[in-house]
Amino acid sequence: MDELLKILTNMYPDVDFKTHKALIYQGVLDSFDIVSLIAEIDDVFGIRIPPLEIMPENFNSADALYTLITRLSESEV
Amino acid sequence: MKIIKILVIPAIAAVIFFGMQRLLEPKYMSGIYEGRLISEYYGEAISHDVIFLGDCEVYENISPITLWKNYGISSYIRGGPQQLIWQSYYLLEDTLRYEKPSVVVFSVLSMQYNKPQKEGYNRLNIDGMPLTDYKMESAKASAMKDESLLSYVFPLLRYHDRWKELCADDFQYYFSEKKVSVSGFMMRCDVKPVDVIPDGKKLPDYQFGKNSYKYLDMLTKLCKDKGIRLILIKTPSIYPYWYKQWNDQMADYADKTDLTYINCLDLASEIGIDYYTDTYDAGLHLNVYGAEKMGYYLGNILADSVPDRRDNPKYASVWNEKVQVYNWLKATQEREVKEFSKIKTFTY
Amino acid sequence: MYFTSANFLLFFLCTFVGYYTVFRRVQWQFLLMASLVFYAFSGWSNLIYICVTICSTWFAGRQMTRLRIGQEQYLAGIPELSKKGRNTYKAVIKAKLKKWLVLCLLFNLAILAVVKYISFVISSINPLLSVINAQQITSINILLPLGISFYTFQALSYIIDVYRGLESESSLFKFGLFVSFFPQLIQGPISRFDDLKETLYSQHKFDSEEFQAGLARVMWGFFKKLIVADRLITAVMALSDPNGGYGGVYVILNAFFYAITLYADFTGGIDITLGTARMLGVAVKENFSRPFYSVSIADYWRQWHITMGTWFKDYLFYPISASRPMLRLFKWSQKSFGGGFGKRISVYTSTMILWFVTGLWHGAEWHFIVWGLVNGIVIIISKELSPLYARFHKRFRIGDTNGYKAFQIFRTFWLMSFIRIFDVYGSVRLTIKMYLSVIFNFDWTRFITNGPSDLGLDIADYALIAIAVIVMVIAGFTHNNRHMEFTNVKPILRTVLIASMVFAVIIFGIYGFGYDSRQFIYNQF
Repeated sequence: MDELLKILTNMYPDVDFKTHKALIYQGVLDSFDIVSLIAEIDDVFGIRIPPLEIMPENFNSADALYTLITRLSESEV
Repeated sequence: MKIIKILVIPAIAAVIFFGMQRLLEPKYMSGIYEGRLISEYYGEAISHDVIFLGDCEVYENISPITLWKNYGISSYIRGGPQQLIWQSYYLLEDTLRYEKPSVVVFSVLSMQYNKPQKEGYNRLNIDGMPLTDYKMESAKASAMKDESLLSYVFPLLRYHDRWKELCADDFQYYFSEKKVSVSGFMMRCDVKPVDVIPDGKKLPDYQFGKNSYKYLDMLTKLCKDKGIRLILIKTPSIYPYWYKQWNDQMADYADKTDLTYINCLDLASEIGIDYYTDTYDAGLHLNVYGAEKMGYYLGNILADSVPDRRDNPKYASVWNEKVQVYNWLKATQEREVKEFSKIKTFTY
Repeated sequence: MYFTSANFLLFFLCTFVGYYTVFRRVQWQFLLMASLVFYAFSGWSNLIYICVTICSTWFAGRQMTRLRIGQEQYLAGIPELSKKGRNTYKAVIKAKLKKWLVLCLLFNLAILAVVKYISFVISSINPLLSVINAQQITSINILLPLGISFYTFQALSYIIDVYRGLESESSLFKFGLFVSFFPQLIQGPISRFDDLKETLYSQHKFDSEEFQAGLARVMWGFFKKLIVADRLITAVMALSDPNGGYGGVYVILNAFFYAITLYADFTGGIDITLGTARMLGVAVKENFSRPFYSVSIADYWRQWHITMGTWFKDYLFYPISASRPMLRLFKWSQKSFGGGFGKRISVYTSTMILWFVTGLWHGAEWHFIVWGLVNGIVIIISKELSPLYARFHKRFRIGDTNGYKAFQIFRTFWLMSFIRIFDVYGSVRLTIKMYLSVIFNFDWTRFITNGPSDLGLDIADYALIAIAVIVMVIAGFTHNNRHMEFTNVKPILRTVLIASMVFAVIIFGIYGFGYDSRQFIYNQF
């Protein structure tokens, strides 16, 4: 989780990612950022997020994103 | 409450629609007066024994007043600019709803047009008719590609664009227009002599089209069925050129169908047409002086088959009024030609 | 059959009446029939194309669902199977699913490629062949089936969604309706099956409220299309004539006029689509927000032709970005160029691919491709400049003022307008020539003496357009086009408003004899 927060804070130092719950809906993250995140997550966690998981619900908060990463790492096919 | 809503809203909408339609329709009270010709007929108080059908070669070239004054013939010219033969046909059908003439005189110049020509002329010939099957048939036969028949039912769909051109005329004549013709005749008192008489330019094919003949057949049959004498006529305008081959076809047709065909071009000297004084545009149309000569000539031919109505008080009173208007208009135009060398008054 | 033709009005009237009366028990079946009839008007042979797409996509979808059900049953049958064993089995099935997906994609894209791009490919190859003195290829001209780009993309979105887990539609005919639904057949929006299935297949009772909302929306579409777009396009055509000599200041004028024309035409068409669908009780997703109020190009593309944008984002941009080669590129560039710019190289690569394809989708011509790439480049540049902006804002603190926002809107509008004229001049060379003329040959004198008076429109036309544009600006100021459905006003006022729009369109619209009611600009794609 800390690593993820580090990545996020690196992108937008002014945003408090611990509490923000509507990163997509409020337009904090755009499609550019999502794609950068995917690349970073792959780089740091070694987890490839498949395109079908790229939906607002999974990227709206750091928590949600972390849940996704955990889920993917457990059920990795 | 609901009933009111269902009735009142469409009623208001209809009032606005037809109000707009009336405003945007061309009034033809300056520039192009011919657009009034067709509709003026429907105000006639008497019936007519002779009906003329055709294009400018009837409504400019024949004076019904001469026919009345000298022969007591009650006639009406149901002509329109570049009236196509199917338009003439349906106009006659429409006319027969109101009266049954003894003679119909049809100007054959329009035989040359086998197909619809110009949307604008269609409008001038059809818009003035009341909404009947005949009007719609005429529109259907005349419609150019992209023309919508619906716009003959609701002219607003055609003239909506005129919002840009709205002028004083449109408001001044909103409720009624002035008249432009006397019994369908449009008067011109100016003179422009014919200077050259050119040969007709060669055509690839002189045969009149199938469609033209189809409607000529229909016209012939309609008149026969109704017991009307049909006369085919070519009035003595020099242009558009009337080819010998065309003339022969009409003569043949008249022979075969037992009709009278009169080619006034060949008879111009007998009729007394003087091309120096009797045309206002160098031979395209006759002026009032030529039209009166045509009146004399045709009166002689028609007098046998048509009664003299001069003793009938109803006819006499209507026609006397027409004569008065005619005389006034003629005097006015003659004065204007003298004073300004051009005509200013076309309506009354 | 175009939306603004009398034929369409008649067709829709018949459909509408039939839908709520005789055929009210078989509504979706009736809609399918109506859609096929509608499509047949564009040419009988076109029906073959759409039917092939419908059948092939439906079949592939069914096969995928069959595989999935098989997998579930198999796994449920042997609960003792180890996790590893399960995963191996899943991988096998997944490979099979992928085979169907790829097959379906390739097949339908091949159809699109052949009818839409073959002559472009040939004409692009021929100059190369002539260089090596090889035989020239004779070009083939296939008549482009109406709306093929739209319905193909809609079908493809379905099959990709099924691959990703969406339950496929069991009825071929229901699926056929999804692809061919006539209001959106010619020019979108490109709907998702998930969004449309409920509303499309359910029974709808006639609802006066819905009807009026739909009617108002349709009239608003006609208003924009017939009063503004079809009128102003006369001037745009004149300005875009390569022999007209309209360079310099006229290029700016053309960019401005074309922005208005395309907006009025395209959003007007979509209004008619959404309105007619709504009158039939079907809720189709919005395709526009308020694009001309956007503050950046990226923002603009979130508000303009939204369904196309999300299509490309979901089915192209994300998959490419998350693909192994792109992730590898990310690692490599990060190592080679460092954590700043290096990290962004892979994103920018995906962006350029996205815009290349978007350009190509719009049309098989170079100017569309260049147009797409320019969009991508501008977006990348603005991204690269954003730290600079941030610093600027920190120092001057004007970022939140209305004045600054107005500046952003103004800037985005003109930037987009200038990129868009690739489309209007129709050739890359001409467009560049026109750009240069703005800089080197501004042509003030001609504009000052003539103004826009010799472009085929008169002062009354311009006045009318100006008034209509003001109405459009006000309509867009507070809301998007949905606002014009008048659902929140008093019934009597709504009736008056709808009637006023009807009369405005009847009188001020461009239609009837003497005018070829122009095809929607977007039809050709």
